[in-house]
Amino acid sequence: MQTRKKYIFLTFLASWLLLFFFGGDQLRRFAFFSGRKAEARRNWPRWTDRSLLKSFADPEELQRDGDPALLSPRERRAAWLSVHKSSRCRMETCFDFSRCERHGFKVFTYPQERGQPISETYGKILSSIKRSRYHTPNPEEACLFILSIDTLDRDHLSGQYVRDVDEKIRGFPLWNGGRNHLIFNLYSGTWPSYTGELGFDIGQAMLAKASFDTQSFRPGFDVSIPLFSKDHPQRGGDRGWLYQDSVPPKKKYLLVFKGKRYLTGIGSGTRNALHHIHNGKDIISLTTCKHGKDWEKHKDTRCDKDNVDYERFDYQELLHNSTFCIVPRGRRLGSFRFLEALQAACIPVLLSDGWELPFAEVIDWGRAAVVGSERLLLQIPSAVRCIHPERVLAFQQQTQFLWDAYFSSVDKIVHTTLEIIRDRLSPHRSRSRFLWNALPGGLLVLPDFSTHLGDFPFYYLQQGYNPSEKFTAFIRVVSQAGSLSQPILRLIQAVSGSQYCAQIVVLWSCEKPPPPSGKWPQSAVPLTIIRGSGKLSERFFPFGAIQTDAVLSLDEDTSLSTSEVDFAFLVWRSFPERIVGFPTQSHFWDPEQGRWGYTSKRTNELSIVLTAAAFYHRYYHSLFTEYLPAGLRELVDGLAACEDILMNVLVAAVTKLPPIKVTQRKQHKEGVAQQAQCRDGAAGTPPPGQRSPSAPHSAPAKAKGTAGSRRFSQRQDCLDQLADWFGYMPLVSSQLRLDPVLFKDQVSVLRKKYPSLEK
Amino acid sequence: IMCASAKYNTRGPALIPRMKTKHRIYYITLFSIVLLGLIATGMFQFWPHSIESSSDWTVEKRSVHDVPVVKLPADSPIPERGDLSCRMHTCFDVYRCGFNPKNKIKVYIYSLKKYVDEYGTLVSNTISREYNELLTAISDSEFYTDDVNRACLFVPSIDVLNQNALRIKETAQALAQLSRWDRGTNHLLFNMLPGGPPDYNTALDVPRDRALLAGGGFSTWTYRQGYDVSIPVYSPLSGEVDLPEGGPGPRRYFILSSQMALHPEYRLELEALQAENGESVLILDKCTNLSDGVPAVRKRCYKNQVFDYPQVLQESTFCVVLRGARLGQAVLSDVLQAGCVPVIIADSYILPFSEVLDWKRASVVIPEEKMPEMYSILQSIPQRQIEEMQRQARWFWEAYFRSMKAIALATLQIINDRIYPYAAISYEEWNDPPAVKWSSVSNPLFLPLIPPQSQGFTAVVLTYDRVESLFRVITEVSKVPSLSKLLVVWNNQNKNPPEDSLWPKIRVPLKVVRTAENKLSNRFFPYDEIETEAVLAIDDDIIMLTSDELQFGYEVWREFPDRLVGYPGRLHLWDHEMNKWKYESEWTNEVSMVLTGAAFYHKYFNYLYTYKMPGDIKNWVDAHMNCEDIAMNFLVANVTGKSVIKVTPRKKFKCPECTAIDGLSLDQTHMVERSECINKFASVFGTMPLKVVEHRADPVLYKDDFPEKLKSFPNIGSL
Repeated sequence: MQTRKKYIFLTFLASWLLLFFFGGDQLRRFAFFSGRKAEARRNWPRWTDRSLLKSFADPEELQRDGDPALLSPRERRAAWLSVHKSSRCRMETCFDFSRCERHGFKVFTYPQERGQPISETYGKILSSIKRSRYHTPNPEEACLFILSIDTLDRDHLSGQYVRDVDEKIRGFPLWNGGRNHLIFNLYSGTWPSYTGELGFDIGQAMLAKASFDTQSFRPGFDVSIPLFSKDHPQRGGDRGWLYQDSVPPKKKYLLVFKGKRYLTGIGSGTRNALHHIHNGKDIISLTTCKHGKDWEKHKDTRCDKDNVDYERFDYQELLHNSTFCIVPRGRRLGSFRFLEALQAACIPVLLSDGWELPFAEVIDWGRAAVVGSERLLLQIPSAVRCIHPERVLAFQQQTQFLWDAYFSSVDKIVHTTLEIIRDRLSPHRSRSRFLWNALPGGLLVLPDFSTHLGDFPFYYLQQGYNPSEKFTAFIRVVSQAGSLSQPILRLIQAVSGSQYCAQIVVLWSCEKPPPPSGKWPQSAVPLTIIRGSGKLSERFFPFGAIQTDAVLSLDEDTSLSTSEVDFAFLVWRSFPERIVGFPTQSHFWDPEQGRWGYTSKRTNELSIVLTAAAFYHRYYHSLFTEYLPAGLRELVDGLAACEDILMNVLVAAVTKLPPIKVTQRKQHKEGVAQQAQCRDGAAGTPPPGQRSPSAPHSAPAKAKGTAGSRRFSQRQDCLDQLADWFGYMPLVSSQLRLDPVLFKDQVSVLRKKYPSLEK
Repeated sequence: IMCASAKYNTRGPALIPRMKTKHRIYYITLFSIVLLGLIATGMFQFWPHSIESSSDWTVEKRSVHDVPVVKLPADSPIPERGDLSCRMHTCFDVYRCGFNPKNKIKVYIYSLKKYVDEYGTLVSNTISREYNELLTAISDSEFYTDDVNRACLFVPSIDVLNQNALRIKETAQALAQLSRWDRGTNHLLFNMLPGGPPDYNTALDVPRDRALLAGGGFSTWTYRQGYDVSIPVYSPLSGEVDLPEGGPGPRRYFILSSQMALHPEYRLELEALQAENGESVLILDKCTNLSDGVPAVRKRCYKNQVFDYPQVLQESTFCVVLRGARLGQAVLSDVLQAGCVPVIIADSYILPFSEVLDWKRASVVIPEEKMPEMYSILQSIPQRQIEEMQRQARWFWEAYFRSMKAIALATLQIINDRIYPYAAISYEEWNDPPAVKWSSVSNPLFLPLIPPQSQGFTAVVLTYDRVESLFRVITEVSKVPSLSKLLVVWNNQNKNPPEDSLWPKIRVPLKVVRTAENKLSNRFFPYDEIETEAVLAIDDDIIMLTSDELQFGYEVWREFPDRLVGYPGRLHLWDHEMNKWKYESEWTNEVSMVLTGAAFYHKYFNYLYTYKMPGDIKNWVDAHMNCEDIAMNFLVANVTGKSVIKVTPRKKFKCPECTAIDGLSLDQTHMVERSECINKFASVFGTMPLKVVEHRADPVLYKDDFPEKLKSFPNIGSL
């Protein structure tokens, strides 16, 4: 009995075990074992013979990917030219690179024909191109051509529509089938479908168009530009509306929209749905039916109430007080709203499917906007609510950076378009995506200077680099004496005594030849002499002799001690993107004369550091010479003492920050008078052609009085003209000076590192 | 089940002895039930199932050869050709993806089948090693779901990596009969070798209707931007050969070409380059007289010299990647692995993952027409940049090329980022190698803004019970013109703050916040009451600062809103004897910290201190009741990479280390504690973020020979 019991028991146990092994998986799936566990996921199987599987391609096949029967590369490229035309255009098939080789990237605008009116906006675009450093009046050397026919508005119902464009274009001898032409367009197509139709044959021309859709956009060939109004400023442009980084970055409203609701036609799908997300609290979405002539004909039950609500809120107020702004498509894909939201630091929530975003070739819109989907409108409120406050803050700042770098004026929009095209010509000398999306933006970064991020003053922290540990002293000599004066000998001695000095470069801008090398003082650092032409702007020429990041710019009569130089250089290493120097001036608005003024009197503020004694990054030499148009340099060549103001204005325009003043042993005063003599000698009376045509009143000969007062009044002119060219006053004021930590403190002199600065 | 049987076992011995006849019947009945159950299970197990339920559940131990066979009738439907106009908003069904808090798409993988045509001939190889690896990687990833109804993206198990290994029409038919095919909507196909002779299309020729294509070798004409994903051509050598990272720096050759089947025209151009520039250019070709057994793919030759491939790639600074019959070349992967900077010469080629990767930082793209200028173009690249490109190239390989897993996950992440753009991975995360991520900072307040003066600042006074001193501080601070609000953080839970009537009457609102616990971190809490950007943290015993000094401090902060702007400065030093950091409060020429007993800073740092302080620092500070200011200095320096700004001259401060008048001992323990804090924080941050500077900020005319009454801030450094 016992054995049988045991036997039964064992069989029983065995059967349970068997059941478990074979049927366990199945059982687990039966209803009474409900609640599937997480690990019971059906994964891709681990095949027993997975290691025996064959590779997807034989190594030989991968490495010998060639077919001798194929067309030769040259033949293939020739064949492409005929196949990939019009809608399939790419740079390599529709653009003649050889035109750009001889003279570089030069842009020619067709002369305007009489009796051919152009819109105000197109006039601005053309004048932006003429203001650009790429403009050439000579079609022979041009790489890119811009028509004088206004092609902005191609809606044939519009008053601005230009007729018979085809015919006119055919009359242009330079047209060449549209090759190397760039056509600007803001509005294309018309009611009801608003397609990309332009109404004329663009041939092989590139298109810079607003509201581009991704399907007709020819990647790497066309440029998508933003839609901007005719009031968009030519230059300068208003700044963004973000004045503070509030934390948490919340505003009164989370998400707003106020605009038309299309009752019918293209775009009505999205616009009709927008009112659904309105909650009357933090999400305000207001629509009106009132637009067009016959809205009442289509009006539905919502219209009357909506129209009343619509009037209760002010668009500007919503824009200012909301974190996110819905930017839905209009009839066309782009809208004015987009730039308005960007400027207002109201993060755009894009509901415009298939829109090739403005300058998306280079701008990473994911950092500044929420690219939503028209189909998922109802998810938008919860999606934006989930965005982390840190990300919101970053988004807001990025909108402001992008607005200011690429969109705030017609100049910027047009110049960005040109730079994008220029970058395509030599891909190896172009800006990386990083450069376009980090401060100060692509326009201010010249790939011709360098393509290495560490060579610019802007990216040290972001890339983990350090500015160079040495500097180059750059001394400009203009005095007419053939021998070396005492001040310059003292200066060379003081500067070369600095442990951070790598080399001294002397710009010899006088007619007499420099003394032979034996006459120069012996110093521990190499000394290079460059013969200059005498032009004032030359001191900011990017001389190859300057080998370090830091430049200490000096006049021959500047008086500095070694410890002043040492201290200032250490300060510059903390602020490598700014000008750090000794004598300063400040600018002010003169309401009586309605112009910008400037004073060298000692004040509680400063906004200009004279380049007679200042550290700055050598990149600013390149920016000064390459980025600024020649006309501006001619202006400063013609006006005495304007070049260092221009340098300050330039650096302030780039950084948006004031320069930095460091403490100085004694005041820099007698130097100014001495310089004047030489400067006048060097500049002479410039021929009228050298001056900017916009400055007839600035001829130095007309100013009466002493050299000092003449120079002073010229400076006023200078600043005023620079502000005019930039379109705003870039200079920023500062109220502080940087001193050594123990400066004039009540401690023993022996403890101080820079005791001599206190004398 | 495990539990059930165990339970029975424990009970068993007690039951059996008492077993009677009726029990026996009971047991036999039970036994038969179990037996029947077993049989039923077995039946279920081996019964042919319907297609949907043939899960891979029980096939863990199966061979690829055992997968079910599907016969495709000759007239089964064929999908439309790929639609070139497809974009996410036209051809992709976003509703399947839905809104979810994780912002992750769900990917379903069809189970593996063997497809045969009517005559029983295979349509393609069942699955290649690489495609199996790819599917395994997806299956192991967060994206995977086994629930076909929850899926947003479908990945067929039909292997189309190599177009030459499959029959186009039949493969298309196989795709069309997938259970959720629906014109290919939300289906993702992976292909690395597209096209075939004679015209070598740059995208997979298999008709695929709306399916997304992750393809190697797209041209600008076939790539649907924002819809397709350009992927690398995987090089199986990656798995076989281990090339250690060579490190940047000059190499033996300047330009190297290693491809075997170059078009003669390209080869001529390369040889012309070599003739011009001599030994720094090396043009390799296949070896003609290799002994048997040596794999030809692992050797390259130049005249009689034999080189190992891919090792030879590490000998060169630049490596040429020319197009072959196809645009995408596996050699690109080998080149990147070797840390050689690829010189890509393939007009119209869409580089792998170009939607997110910044190839300008890792490669040089040269138009085919400009091949003769290659040498001078490459010469013009600065050495520092070349080194960075080498590092970047290697990083791209490690992160996105090295395995099928890397390729699969990058592809899915790109699609995921399109569907949840507001949660997308940033440029830096995609592109910065770990070394850069580590050494760089991304300042959260990166926009150069000078906040308007009118905003003013909020003074936050942390106090415990020194009411008299507190009231003096309040009175003093209230004289500062730009003060907009005063917040007292009452950190004493045992005592109530004084009655309203007793507080000094000041011109700005005064708020008292009572805390739940006496913690130092209460000082840095981002109270809603703080409505300004600028916060002045001030101790309840700092009465020696003049109104001019405080106002000037605020003006300085406006010029440096992303920094700590404070009065007493401190320094950290490396103690060479002890091999650790040391805290210094003496009169030094340098500063690296400011005490938060009196300092201006941006409210954002309160937020960071409270919610983003790394490691256990916050609790550690609260437990030790010390070093909250050092922690704040570390935090700000670490996130901005910038130094502090000390304002105005030194004066005798009533501060922790100054109060210990009654002897050196207390002072010294304090200093030791502070030093320990620095060492502790440096180890938590993994670096020493503090920056040492030699400057402080003074008003422009400070100590200048100038009428005092005309100075904006005359009363500086007095007292």
